[in-house]
Amino acid sequence: MSAKRIYITDTTLRDGDHAMSHEFTVDQVRRIVQALDGAGVPVIEVSHGDGLGGSSIQYGRSLEPEEDYIRAAAEVIERGQLAFLLLPGVGTRKELKRAAEIGAKVARIATHCTEADISEEHIKLAKDLGLKVHTFLMMSHMSPPEKLAEQAKLMEGYGADCVYVVDSAGALLPHEARARVRAFRQALSERTEIGFHAHNNLCLSVSNSLMAIEEGATRIDGSTCGLGAGAGNTQTEVLVAVLARLGIETGVDLFKIMDAAEQVVFPVMRDHHVPRIDPRSLMIGYAGVYSTFLLHAERAARRFGVDARDILVELGRRQAVGGQEDWIIDVAVELAERRKAGAPTAEAGQTA
Amino acid sequence: MAVRKVKVAIIGSGNIGTDLMYKLRRSRLLELTWMVGVIPQSDGLRRARELGYKTTHRGIDELLEHLDDFEMAFDATTAAAHYHHAELLRKAGKIAIDLTPAAVGPYVVPVVNLGGHFDQKNVNLVTCGGQATVPMVHAVNRVTPVEYAEIVSTIASRSAGPGTRQNIDEFTETTARGLVEVGGGKEGKALIILNPAEPPIMMRNTVYVRVGKGFDAEAVRRSIDAMVKEVQQYVPGYHLKQPPIVDEEQVTILLEVEGAGDYLPVYAGNLDIMTSAAVRVAEDFARHLRGLADSRAESHAEEQMA
Repeated sequence: MSAKRIYITDTTLRDGDHAMSHEFTVDQVRRIVQALDGAGVPVIEVSHGDGLGGSSIQYGRSLEPEEDYIRAAAEVIERGQLAFLLLPGVGTRKELKRAAEIGAKVARIATHCTEADISEEHIKLAKDLGLKVHTFLMMSHMSPPEKLAEQAKLMEGYGADCVYVVDSAGALLPHEARARVRAFRQALSERTEIGFHAHNNLCLSVSNSLMAIEEGATRIDGSTCGLGAGAGNTQTEVLVAVLARLGIETGVDLFKIMDAAEQVVFPVMRDHHVPRIDPRSLMIGYAGVYSTFLLHAERAARRFGVDARDILVELGRRQAVGGQEDWIIDVAVELAERRKAGAPTAEAGQTA
Repeated sequence: MAVRKVKVAIIGSGNIGTDLMYKLRRSRLLELTWMVGVIPQSDGLRRARELGYKTTHRGIDELLEHLDDFEMAFDATTAAAHYHHAELLRKAGKIAIDLTPAAVGPYVVPVVNLGGHFDQKNVNLVTCGGQATVPMVHAVNRVTPVEYAEIVSTIASRSAGPGTRQNIDEFTETTARGLVEVGGGKEGKALIILNPAEPPIMMRNTVYVRVGKGFDAEAVRRSIDAMVKEVQQYVPGYHLKQPPIVDEEQVTILLEVEGAGDYLPVYAGNLDIMTSAAVRVAEDFARHLRGLADSRAESHAEEQMA
């Protein structure tokens, strides 16, 4: 392992927001931030799953006002830094500025893996406001390493302090994760950090994170209990344990992060949705589809009487990108029509 | 009665200006005279020259030396440039049809509110997403009050030029305002997604409209269908992807816009709906200027001009 120190960003309160169908309460956010901060997690992300401004019919409405979540987190965080996510096209600079005023210190700015140039203004504003900027290239499996590195270079040029390979679909195989981080390390300046964000749809999130570290990544995302979209993220407490065994310092107390997961996060998630590798999240990793589509596809499948796996495979075939939840409805309606017309649907198992 | 065509100029020789040029060639009410750019090697200027239009790469200053050559100007540059152009055009007494997000003048969507703005010297075309979705919000709102309108525009990456990319917040903010100010929703929200799939996808728009319980679903469906037909009069590739999905308090409308393929290929419906709306606005202004009160007079007048 090349790194002796890895910085973990916990995204339970952002990626986990998808799995919670956006129904965190402000009080839960406060308690979870306190527990994570107490365990020594250096960066804690709090936002709607689709970032600032994500509360919508398209993605799902947040239970409480966005600013209240961020304010509650800012009030209790003591040791770590508070982060938020923003997707240009969903959130705007206005919301970015507001989050910084409330007390966020890290802006995480995300685009699809080929569209880095829509993030320039947001990155520059965040830098001007004195924030650290971590940028995301989502659905990284859809771009070959060299192309992805070109996009990373753009973000670095706009001012990003760290650029993440984001495996939104949980589709990357270990050698593919490794190749992307290696291409970043070759393309970017030494001062620019590299991050890795995984989804566990193929049960590879911890091992892919280790591949990323071997190639020079220094920031790894996790979520406590793996609470995130699809089959969830790299499980923070597991990552901490594995890195400790490897002799890599994270600054996170293993017992405290395990207690945060079991005593604070698990009771909250248990009433909603416990992410796991089931046929649908597995299909997401297999077909390379945005993990967040999971619960939306399940809802559409129930409503229109079709198999969620057929929806997911069709979305993969259409090359849907993150944020295109409206296509799920379109696909479900079409599959239902096809079924009514008596035509056989594309059985998920046969499409490969 | 012989009616003269109204002379018009295009400022901005990029994708939008060039597409507009091809559409103006088909107009029976408008005559394009000038194509104005700032880059000598611009593809749009080259094409305009080849088609016999007057061109300049010295920007609006040269155009303003030829005031007899145009009564209206389309501005397909940038918001920042339009603030400057708007003032110059106003002083010169010319009508400005603004395709940038500058919004110096009121927002217009031809099938919804153009009639109320013929006294204006500067009108703004909102955004491509606004032109595609505001008519649908209005179609629902004229049957039952719209509490909240939310739209998602998905466009092919290749059809999003540098202007859109560098100012993506302007798209969401301007479109959201259009949903309220022109569409009639009490609240509005807009999202935009760029999709790089190959072959490129057609422009897609999803409109979610929140209404009060107990509305007349059949009347809403009829209103939407009628409005789609009205928009199709100037954007033939505008159509429903699926029949509207009607819930207790929500209507979901899935739209697809196929472009005419004038300059960019047919996937660029976002370009097409903007330039088609601009031509429609300018033609309505032309009718107004020439005293042709409505489209009933038009067929007669157009026969005279042909």
